[in-house]
Amino acid sequence: MVATDAGWADSGPRMGFFTDTSVCIGCKACEVACKEWNHVPDDGLRFSGFSYDNSWGLGADTWRHVAFIEQRHPAPGAGDGLPAGDGLPAAGGELRWLMSSDVCKHCTRAACLDVCPTGALFRTEFGTVVVQSDVCNGCGYCVPACPYGVIDQRKEDGRVWKCTLCYDRLKVGMEPACAKACPTRSIQFGELDVLRAEAADRVEVLHRRGVAGARLYGDDPGDGVGGTGAFFLLLDEPEVYGLPPEPVVTTRDLPSMWKRAAVAALALAATVVAAAR
Amino acid sequence: MPAVSPGAGSHPAGGPRPADGRRGFPDGEARGRRGRPDTDAGRSYYGQPVLNPPTWAALDIAGYLFLGGLAGGSSALAAATEAKGIEGLGRPLRMGAAGAIGLSLVALVHDLGRPGRFYNMLRVFKPSSPMSVGSWILSVYGPAAIAAAVLDVVPLPGPLASARRPLQKAASVTAGLIGPVVTTYTGVLVADTAVPAWHGGYREMPFLFAGSAGSASGGLGLLTVPPMRAAPARRLAVTGAVAELTALRVMKARMGLPAETYDQGRAGRLMKAAETLTVAGTTGAVVGRRSRLASAAAGACLLAGSALTRFGVFQAGVQSAEDPRYTVEPQRARLAARPGSPSA
Repeated sequence: MVATDAGWADSGPRMGFFTDTSVCIGCKACEVACKEWNHVPDDGLRFSGFSYDNSWGLGADTWRHVAFIEQRHPAPGAGDGLPAGDGLPAAGGELRWLMSSDVCKHCTRAACLDVCPTGALFRTEFGTVVVQSDVCNGCGYCVPACPYGVIDQRKEDGRVWKCTLCYDRLKVGMEPACAKACPTRSIQFGELDVLRAEAADRVEVLHRRGVAGARLYGDDPGDGVGGTGAFFLLLDEPEVYGLPPEPVVTTRDLPSMWKRAAVAALALAATVVAAAR
Repeated sequence: MPAVSPGAGSHPAGGPRPADGRRGFPDGEARGRRGRPDTDAGRSYYGQPVLNPPTWAALDIAGYLFLGGLAGGSSALAAATEAKGIEGLGRPLRMGAAGAIGLSLVALVHDLGRPGRFYNMLRVFKPSSPMSVGSWILSVYGPAAIAAAVLDVVPLPGPLASARRPLQKAASVTAGLIGPVVTTYTGVLVADTAVPAWHGGYREMPFLFAGSAGSASGGLGLLTVPPMRAAPARRLAVTGAVAELTALRVMKARMGLPAETYDQGRAGRLMKAAETLTVAGTTGAVVGRRSRLASAAAGACLLAGSALTRFGVFQAGVQSAEDPRYTVEPQRARLAARPGSPSA
């Protein structure tokens, strides 16, 4: 239990998101609901040209991000050149539109939380990962530590911000704003164990219907981050959605790093002593 | 970071980089890759980075990596030469260490935005956070290094006058003992991230930084002390420089794809200049050992080489984080190599 491990004596079940992208319609109600509820500032009006996506990606002021991918399906094999212009194969397959609402993964082994030097990032009793904005000192270490590119610095105040999985709403028994606003139940909120079981069933149904590309992402407790509290059903490879295919929490290698730093420091000390003659 | 200009064959999104400089195409090169066949390895979300690149300013953080190394190595050499009764190097190296760590603290506080924010670093001690560990190391080392230099030259009033020497000695020894740790923990600091060109070098980075620190602090000795008295500094500089160049080679050879960022673009230019200066400085330190001028010039080259190495490492990390290829392809290769994968 991730919350118990973090020191919570009487935590409830771990809560999370299951984002089923096969039923996402790209309405962005989640983005808007998140902004409104959490009072997240403007993330800029910048034309991207990424299909219907003008919010670019997750960041300090974008806690839900709907990706839009236009592709021919089934994608032609390697060797079929892409035209440099629109990213679509020249021929073959049917046009399809993938939409996916991305969010903080609330990792079981969260690099942002591990590397935070102030304790601003903490594990809640729901098993989620939240930044305490009154403790964050703007060091920015969590930003390059996150293997998913989620948490980011707000330039105006220097501190970092990300999805809280609506900690305030959870506290009073409400579901997160994005899940509440989602009209297709693409974003499902609930107990993680229950969501994982439902997601496995959903993949099976899709496979039976011939959607061979359906796969779960982040549902495996044995993966490099110990499984994620927010996981996904995707219809293509993760990198197509801008997600890392096999993320690993950077602190997995930290014990080895500390040992090497100690050996290197001793080697330098020995060199200095040997040089002083 | 050059602004992106839309070019032929570019995605229609070739507008200017976002005003905040955070998201957007890293360079024209990355967009060019979209013309490749649609292989798994080449795919990305419109060429967008998977990671959020470091928000740190190079001058603050790469500058600190260099200054911290210079300070730590100098404190160690100052303490070691004095313990062995070697005269001449102690004072200038202690001064250098105090100046370097003082500037480091300014750089680190500037990075946080407000001085008061540094106190939050001392709320907790977290071994899982190299920055937390580093803050505690610096909170002992910094005052010790500065006291060792100040008490060396500033007399204490009245009754404290007799305590000055013992205090100075204690501060100098403390700084000397912690110094080597100050130089290597920063290797862990950068490696303990998801940045491909940093994490990919986690095995060698502490050795690279220790070597670079030895080269810089030895260089400071060569620059400030006549060659007759600078032999220990010369030995440290040469050993450090060789260690730095070797560790870098090993690191790049083991890293795989992200290693190429150390040879490309601005990072490539910084690393190339660093290598040239370090090799020139090492050669000068050995060949010009009898000349004050040649030794001083060699010392300056080594200092500059060490600084450029840190800026180069920093920049390579930024470049590797800004291009999704360096995140996706090594992970794809790991998956493919796993037993049970279709291509294994």
